[in-house]
Amino acid sequence: MTLRLDKLGVVIAAIVAYAAFLAPFATFRANRIVPGQARSILEALPPAPGMLLLAIVIAAAVVALLRTPLFLRLAASGAALVALTILIGVAGGFLTSAGNTFARVSPASGFWLLIFAFTLLLADVLTLLNLSPWARVGVLVLAALAIAALLVSGRWDSLSILKEYASRADSFWAEASKHVTLALGSLAGAVIVGIPLGILCHRVERLRAGVLNVLNIIQTIPSIALFGLLIAPLGWLALHVPGAATIGIRGIGTAPAFVALFLYSLLPVVANTVVGLAGVPRAANDAARGMGMTDRQRLFDVEFPLAFPVILTGIRIVLVQNIGLATIAALIGGGGFGVFVFQGVGQTAMDLVLLGALPTVALAFAAAIILDAVIEMTATKRRVETA
Amino acid sequence: MKAWLPALLRLAVLVLLVVFITSPNWFEPLLKPLTENGAPAIYNQGSLLTLTLQHLRIVLMATVAATIVAVALAILVTRPAGAEFLPLSRSLVNIGQTFPPVAVLALAVPAVGFGEKPTLIALFLYGLLPIFENALTALTTLPGNVMEAARGAGMTGWQRLMKVELPLSAPVILGGIRLSVVISLATATIGSTVAAKTLGEVIIAGLISNNLAFVLQGGLIVAALAVLIYDGLSAVERYAARRMGQGAE
Repeated sequence: MTLRLDKLGVVIAAIVAYAAFLAPFATFRANRIVPGQARSILEALPPAPGMLLLAIVIAAAVVALLRTPLFLRLAASGAALVALTILIGVAGGFLTSAGNTFARVSPASGFWLLIFAFTLLLADVLTLLNLSPWARVGVLVLAALAIAALLVSGRWDSLSILKEYASRADSFWAEASKHVTLALGSLAGAVIVGIPLGILCHRVERLRAGVLNVLNIIQTIPSIALFGLLIAPLGWLALHVPGAATIGIRGIGTAPAFVALFLYSLLPVVANTVVGLAGVPRAANDAARGMGMTDRQRLFDVEFPLAFPVILTGIRIVLVQNIGLATIAALIGGGGFGVFVFQGVGQTAMDLVLLGALPTVALAFAAAIILDAVIEMTATKRRVETA
Repeated sequence: MKAWLPALLRLAVLVLLVVFITSPNWFEPLLKPLTENGAPAIYNQGSLLTLTLQHLRIVLMATVAATIVAVALAILVTRPAGAEFLPLSRSLVNIGQTFPPVAVLALAVPAVGFGEKPTLIALFLYGLLPIFENALTALTTLPGNVMEAARGAGMTGWQRLMKVELPLSAPVILGGIRLSVVISLATATIGSTVAAKTLGEVIIAGLISNNLAFVLQGGLIVAALAVLIYDGLSAVERYAARRMGQGAE
């Protein structure tokens, strides 16, 4: 049997070799803002787990390096990721002496690179397995449950990011719900307004170029400026329109953030509705007309179902984009995970930045996977029905 | 008359933009009503011209780097030797696009410190994706008969790449660069939250001191730059498409 090298494996093994032996695994700091001291895997962990982690990581890298069956690569990447995530918590406890509440331990570049390398391997395996949409959502749920279990079990409690969380647990969940409300609420608004507007643009050709141009220009205004510019009109509304202030319209805070996200969301929704409707085959429309369908019936029974996957793609773009942009709302007092990001940047407390950034990335990532699966399901369903 | 109206409009925007960033004080009466308590109406903590040039420089540097890397990667994964990376690179692009720019920016700070560097990294990473995606699409959907003809004419792999594949893909790759530049122009403003010298500084100064005139001038300069550059690159793209005989528009 000849051993053959896998090209991606060479890349992964190179990253692993650098990350495991040359880069720091964890950073130890005497308190939360002083510069940290680097600790390698063997320094950061008690001898037994340290050797175990090195063994697992090297074994997994060898599996990646050689041409091995898919299931073995899946197992190797899974085992390495589980070992890394559990043992970084052990490192936190090992490096902090008992009762020391000031010391901070956070994952360092070596840890992140190892996670990156094995996620790369896992992503490659999952791509090659060509999973069905349901299976992909299943993998996502599994990963989410594993992370939730680690969080609940308290194995990560000695890590710096969770110490940041512990000191602001209440506000974390308040900002989390604000973040989700902002992203989903503005998406809902954009769908309610955008789809009818898209249908109108499709039917009335003269409107189309004008509406799309205006929406295009709105997209070019930088997000922080748009958020800021809405302060004035909304502040004016709150002062001069009776009842506006009582339903939460205010110059600063959630209202301008909501309106800005809504404006950014309109273009993808309207444009995709127009493209989707324009892509409806002429034959389908002619047949519907020939059957004596009214305009309204044609819209709801023929055009809309056929255009749905394309419209859904627009909604996916908007949701992922909104989850990211909602972080900027914090600059104008709109709340959301951005609060922690910008506080952290201001205090140069990077673990606080992570506390805001990691949930944002996770949310956007989950939203993308779920909506991609839904899009694929509606598209294949349609193909089966029309076949 | 209809044909030159958009061109005239663009010229007007360009002239207005240049006049505004070179002598902003002429516009003070226009912006004054937006300020309160006698706050300055024109950004006074630095020259708008310098900030605009720095803004453009950051975007240019990031885009040039992103273009070189993205096109090189797209070429690599479409060659037989790199074909193994093709499926993975597709899913990586998909995953990469879910990373919010603010997160990329904030996460780059611990690695490289405050200032221009994290902004460049965020713009570079964020700019890679649209260019890579378009280059990949272009290189994988080249007309089969043209490729056959090139092979039949005895061209080597390198000749085919340089004389057939890249020129034919140029319009679509340019489309990706255009998208990337427009995204970067807006994202660079966020760079000012980590102390990069860009037009975002003007906007953030406005947000902090509750001065709408600052927010408006910062935002409008960036928006005008984006619209003009978008249009300019669209024109270049149409020219490239016409040269490749794809001028069907």
